Amino acid sequence: MNGGDGAASSSAATSGPPPPSLEWRFSQVFGERTAGEEVHEVDIISAIEFDKSGDHLATGDRGGRVVLFERTDTKDHGGSRRDAEEMDYSVRHPEFRYKTEFQSHEPEFDYLKSLEIEEKINKIRWCQPANGALFLLSTNDKTIKYWKVQEKKIKKISEMNIDPSNDPGSSSSLPIIANGVHADKPQDYLSKDYPFPPGGIPSLRLPLVTSLETSLVARCRRVYAHAHDYHINSISNSSDGETFISADDLRVNLWNLEVSNQSFNIVDVKPTNMEDLTEVITSAEFHPIHCNMLAYSSSKGSIRLIDMRQSALCDSHTKLFEEPEAPGSRSFFTEIIASISDIKFSKNGRYILSRDYMTLKLWDINMDSGPVASYQVHEHLRPRLCDLYENDSIFDKFECCLSGDGSRVATGSYSNLFRVFGASQGSTEAATLEASKNPMRRQIQPPARSSRSMTSGVRRGSESPGSDANGNAHDFTTKLLHMAWHPTENSIACAAANSLYMYYA
Amino acid sequence: MAMVDEPLYPIALLIDELKNDDIQLRLNSIRRLSTIARALGEERTRKELIPFLSENSDDDDEVLLAMAEELGVFIPFVGGIEHAHVLLPPLESLCTVEETSVREKAVDSLCKIGSQMKESDLVDSFVPLVKRLAAGEWFAARVSACGLFHVAYQGCTDVLKTELRSSYGQLCQDDMPMVRRAAASNLGKFATTVESTFLNAEIMTMFDGLTKDEQDSVRLLAVEGCAALGKLLEPQECVARILPVIVNFSQDKSWRVRYMVANQLYELCEAVGPDCTKTDLVPAYVRLLRDNEAEVRIAAAGKVTKFCQLLNPELAIQHILPCVKELSSDSSQHVRSALASVIMGMAPILGKDSTIEHLLPIFLSLLKDEFPDVRLNIISKLDQVNQVIGIDLLSQSLLPAIVELAEDRHWRVRLAIIEYVPLLASQLGIGFFDDKLGALCMQWMQDKVYSIREAAANNLKRLAEEFGSEWAMQHIVPQVLDMVNNPHYLHRMMALRAISLMAPVMGSEITCSKFLPVVVEASKDRVPNIKFNVAKLLQSLIPIVDQSVVDKTIRQCLVDLSEDPDVDVRYFANQALRSIDAAAVAQS
Repeated sequence: MNGGDGAASSSAATSGPPPPSLEWRFSQVFGERTAGEEVHEVDIISAIEFDKSGDHLATGDRGGRVVLFERTDTKDHGGSRRDAEEMDYSVRHPEFRYKTEFQSHEPEFDYLKSLEIEEKINKIRWCQPANGALFLLSTNDKTIKYWKVQEKKIKKISEMNIDPSNDPGSSSSLPIIANGVHADKPQDYLSKDYPFPPGGIPSLRLPLVTSLETSLVARCRRVYAHAHDYHINSISNSSDGETFISADDLRVNLWNLEVSNQSFNIVDVKPTNMEDLTEVITSAEFHPIHCNMLAYSSSKGSIRLIDMRQSALCDSHTKLFEEPEAPGSRSFFTEIIASISDIKFSKNGRYILSRDYMTLKLWDINMDSGPVASYQVHEHLRPRLCDLYENDSIFDKFECCLSGDGSRVATGSYSNLFRVFGASQGSTEAATLEASKNPMRRQIQPPARSSRSMTSGVRRGSESPGSDANGNAHDFTTKLLHMAWHPTENSIACAAANSLYMYYA
Repeated sequence: MAMVDEPLYPIALLIDELKNDDIQLRLNSIRRLSTIARALGEERTRKELIPFLSENSDDDDEVLLAMAEELGVFIPFVGGIEHAHVLLPPLESLCTVEETSVREKAVDSLCKIGSQMKESDLVDSFVPLVKRLAAGEWFAARVSACGLFHVAYQGCTDVLKTELRSSYGQLCQDDMPMVRRAAASNLGKFATTVESTFLNAEIMTMFDGLTKDEQDSVRLLAVEGCAALGKLLEPQECVARILPVIVNFSQDKSWRVRYMVANQLYELCEAVGPDCTKTDLVPAYVRLLRDNEAEVRIAAAGKVTKFCQLLNPELAIQHILPCVKELSSDSSQHVRSALASVIMGMAPILGKDSTIEHLLPIFLSLLKDEFPDVRLNIISKLDQVNQVIGIDLLSQSLLPAIVELAEDRHWRVRLAIIEYVPLLASQLGIGFFDDKLGALCMQWMQDKVYSIREAAANNLKRLAEEFGSEWAMQHIVPQVLDMVNNPHYLHRMMALRAISLMAPVMGSEITCSKFLPVVVEASKDRVPNIKFNVAKLLQSLIPIVDQSVVDKTIRQCLVDLSEDPDVDVRYFANQALRSIDAAAVAQS
């Protein structure tokens, strides 16, 4: 652990020596900004998600677009012997290429409530692929959509019975009627019991279809609308493969993927009198293995685990995870910075990672007395909370992610920085990287990762407040909110405004 | 490009439109697939049309759904049963699409075709198809496969049968929960075709596995399998193998599984037989009636009468009745409502004395429930109790309940109670009705909501039918006639509506003497809406009254109306006049 505070620190991965710290390298960037280029609001990335296999990556932006990337390094010579040999000497890491993009949401206007509905994509979740097609859910503030992305053959019809060029009205049977002559006769041919000759009519032929090329087509399969009075902050698929949840500020709804016209409300925290409202739902996620369990976080810094087996309306939680407030530390900002902006289950479902304004916390779902580890992310900003409140930065919602093996956690920060911490027992790994082509440029002393004894006031190794290692003041306008960890490899995708940066280690 | 003879144009067009860009035209062509097939002839249908359709599986879902349906009845068009196998490839590819409704339709069609195929063809083409699907790379194919085993299995060789069973066993343990769900819901069907030796061994092992699945959604489908399998097994086996599973399910951690048990319990009881029902399932049912989750109690409460039918009255009184008492004051209104909708049916089962002793207090408390649906449900089934204990014991509580519902602020509740008034009237008898309910019926005629007034007018007609015209003359007609002078034109209109409904019931004499003068008077109303309704009403009276009356009174009145300044009044008056003429022509 980190120095001599001697506190017991349990942690995520199995015991044994902690894995060595990772050396992060730049891999790729999509949509890099040239110097002085202006960022269009609509191009700013607002959601990132790897699919389960890690072969695909999706990003959503404020303009309502979803962009898909596919992995290229495994696909080309997957499984071949050469591939295996190559593995031995070359440093192989996931590489992606642009696959396709589509307009998922459009700006809308709710006439009943006189509200504009932004097209911004809040969340993307991948669903089970089928028949070589990809499926994903995307949501803005109000409407969830189910997309199918598939290679479709472009068809050319080369032979027909009726030459379309000779006959202007070929798409309907009107011309015959118009000619008047056959107005009655055709009916006979189409009637159920017209006696065709037993061998059929030889002059009739089926259209001949030739297909030369294929193209990727995204089709919206279902639209799940009108179920949320407040803004949707999360969607999450269940491991049962047929349901998903959507959460807004006050409610969590359960949907069947195949039924878009009804959903079941499973959590409702709306008080009868809205003046009594003290806490809102900030994020929700299904357990990755148990389809009956889900967790949601609140603006008061608590995480509730609910078991849908217990009752139809899960207003009472099964487990509550929250950290007791340190005595005497209460201030005007306490509640604001306690608000959890994102939660993620580890792949095995044992741990929950949560991000609040100042810290990342790792919780063991079998231990509700406190987090098994917390990592300081923004401790250096504590003296500046007033400024952050003034310019609303204090309400920024940073996402967090876990590596596929659960041994590391990562989250974003300001000045396009992100941080990676080792979560294994005894690990002191803590890296600060910049979303640029040279991620290690701002590498600094490992900042404190402290255990629960933190609250006793012993703080070690915090960074110098107010500025980073290079002495630059923090730039609160460039914030790295969205990031995702590849499910099987040490590879991170993160969004800096309109650019998508990929790193590997 | 070929030009076809002009007479063939429509059919040629139909064929071309199989590939039109407009989905509606494609859909239209697919729906007429049999016509196309007949035009092409059997051989070309087999050799060209069917392969053509097999290539078509990336079309829109609606088109694929229609195609899956058409192909199910396509055997005559490909040349009969011996050529049925050519239909399998297009349906096989439809079995793999991701849209559930298309897959289900394709499976249906395959089952239809497979059940008609000759055994040798089944082995040659159908069984390999099932095996291919069951080993499919994508889950959609494997899900479809589950629904085909019961067709493939019959008429197979023993070797193939063994293979199919083991293949099904694998599907029951598939990685994808969707596949396991499909396997669970089709297990009962498959089991009916499997020989009893394998039933006890292999099928039951698969079933056991599914009942212990980690996913709720799989376990709850296994519940349905309990009843189906139970009916196939020997009674002894059933008690040994199925009963413990049912009892376990009734205490499952997941409320959805318990809900399924509550819903299925009646069928499960039939499967295990009366003895085990008494000893094992009664305690299970009692637990479900006292479940923590309201949804489970709703399902259980709704089955209380059906379940009691399986028991003798003593057991019902001893075990079920205490729970019913608790449920009648359940915290969830939906539980009480579900109970109220069936509890009256318990009266015939328990008999007169027990009903008075045990059920009556429950009826009475439900009649006073704060939730209108509960009260309505009790009232709607009043006849069942009346047969057992008579209405007198209930009538004291009934009246306040009815009056309260009659004045409920939700018009749908008022509407519901009006629907039951004729039933109540017949059960309560004329005397009781006159005293207590007559006034209510007239009050509804002036309700603020049109649907209520409309229902009230209809109700008067039904009462007149129930109690006869003499009674109606005394108790209804005077009030209705009085309403014609109401200052509110909507109420006057309602009186006319009631007259038009009651006239056929009351007969010609009363219509002429009582109704007609009032109607004629109303034709001089100042509101045009009243006037054209008079015209419509007069038209409806024509067949009821004598021709002389028509000529003397009605025609004159209509002629006056036909000169009205209002265009609508003139229109309806002229229409009525024309129908008089038409009737006259018909008679002469």
